[in-house]
Amino acid sequence: MDLDKGILKNEETISLALRSLYARYGYVQYRMSRFEEYELYVSNKDFLISSDVITFTDTNGRLMALKPDVTLSIVRGARFEPGTVQKLYYDEAVYRTSSSARGFREIRQVGLECLGAVDDYAIGEVLLLAAQSLRRISAESALCVSHLGLVGAMLDALGFRGEARVRALKCIGEKNPHELGALCRENGVGDADAERLKALAQLCGAPEQVLPELERLGCERGAVEQLRRLTAMLRAGGVTDGLILDLSVLGDMRYYNGVAFRGFVRGVSASVLSGGQYDRLLGRMGKKGRAVGFACYLDLLERLTASGRGVDADVLLLYDERDAPERVAAAVRSLVGEGLSVSAQKAVPEKGVFGRVVRLSESGVDAHA
Amino acid sequence: MLNIALPKGRLGEKVYGLFERAGFDCPAIREENRKLFFENEALGLRYFWVKPSDVAIYVERGAADIGVAGKDILLEYAPEVYELLDLGVGKCRMCVAGPKDFYDDMRRTLRVATKFSHIATEYYASLGRDIDVIPLNGSIELAPILGLSDVIVDIVETGATLRENDLAVLETIVPISARLIANKASYAFQNERIEAVVQGLAQEVQK
Repeated sequence: MDLDKGILKNEETISLALRSLYARYGYVQYRMSRFEEYELYVSNKDFLISSDVITFTDTNGRLMALKPDVTLSIVRGARFEPGTVQKLYYDEAVYRTSSSARGFREIRQVGLECLGAVDDYAIGEVLLLAAQSLRRISAESALCVSHLGLVGAMLDALGFRGEARVRALKCIGEKNPHELGALCRENGVGDADAERLKALAQLCGAPEQVLPELERLGCERGAVEQLRRLTAMLRAGGVTDGLILDLSVLGDMRYYNGVAFRGFVRGVSASVLSGGQYDRLLGRMGKKGRAVGFACYLDLLERLTASGRGVDADVLLLYDERDAPERVAAAVRSLVGEGLSVSAQKAVPEKGVFGRVVRLSESGVDAHA
Repeated sequence: MLNIALPKGRLGEKVYGLFERAGFDCPAIREENRKLFFENEALGLRYFWVKPSDVAIYVERGAADIGVAGKDILLEYAPEVYELLDLGVGKCRMCVAGPKDFYDDMRRTLRVATKFSHIATEYYASLGRDIDVIPLNGSIELAPILGLSDVIVDIVETGATLRENDLAVLETIVPISARLIANKASYAFQNERIEAVVQGLAQEVQK
């Protein structure tokens, strides 16, 4: 098929590139219906980015929803086969609200999920694909990786429970040392431990700088070792720059555990990719095994390319009622054959923008005055 | 170039003084003119003044890499930004205020007039108190005087306006001050520059 890539929107080009990337690593496309039973979302509302869901009653009386998320549907259909990992990718529209926009929006999301006997190789592969996805989106990107086990272990050790833990996680997510310090004082955490926690929230840099710091702060050794192994895999996989360990990257610990990550590209103000390990969601949904995955938010990429005032067509071909349709068709065919785009019209459209305007004449086409 | 959004007005000028003393100066900003933004090319800094309540939006949307916003704005709009430093200026309190002799009749829905609907809703939800939020944009103190509301939730600096209108602070919800905030993507791409600003300002704040 002869495909003119210039006609594709940025998000369409990226979607094709990402799908081709995931297929090369053995991921199979997952297709789903636009609708899901609302019940699926009610029981896992906090897992959703936005808890607003568009619902309707189906003809059989069941309450349905336009899907606000893909992962829950994939997990619901997952089957555990010992020793194997189900590797799926998707390119789907989801429907949700965002804090910045009023009302619901249709958002195109491309991502992948790995479910089953997920081991460090599988997690490393997902991280590598996340880094490579960012590279396909933009030449300048950053993948920020964290480990919820490491953050959770430090909060446990300092005695943060219940509401205080929720507030501490919020402060860590905001890199907010002043309020984290105040919270530590309220909860009787000693100065040295409070400084350790504040330092953890502030850490942000290349793995080679951050990993020794994590050791110095006395962070949970298993988690530090896992981060070391995973980041070494990424380095060996060609991720030489834009890899950042940042312990402020968090997720809801009722669903997520282990690694969590977020991706940024230069020129987009919010994260365009987010993901992590979500074994706890599987447990909550009565599924065996472990899981890791990520999603890329293609709606955010619209503004990555410069908006140029292009043309509606290279050529506007004007004809009138005296011209036989066959002559108009032949003239259009000839111009298209030259590699030009053509719009044939009887009058100049008021807001149309064209490279040039020609008129059908006895001899062929003439420049229009 | 590091883009910095500062809040227009007295607070912004005070905050710029902190940046200046920390070595992130931009002499053009002191000139009398109607320019909207000011650059120090040598230091790679670009400052601009925006309405205080808009700073968080400029930073969240990446038009500014960093900025200075009041904690009241951060609590009300909950923007997706990092809150890197308490600058210790613009100190005041978010309070519940009302008539000095106010009695909260728990059998009735409490009518709360405020510019800060989200903060008021969250605060009373944490107490399990049912409220009717009356959103206003100014002269909030008038609401309980005219019977439009039972109480108000608003920023209190000295309390003089309240006293002059026979009102009093009934509860302090949260202390407020100016905070240095950063866009999350900018923090990933300009980490060293932003951290240098944080360190410089932190030293000034401690003086």
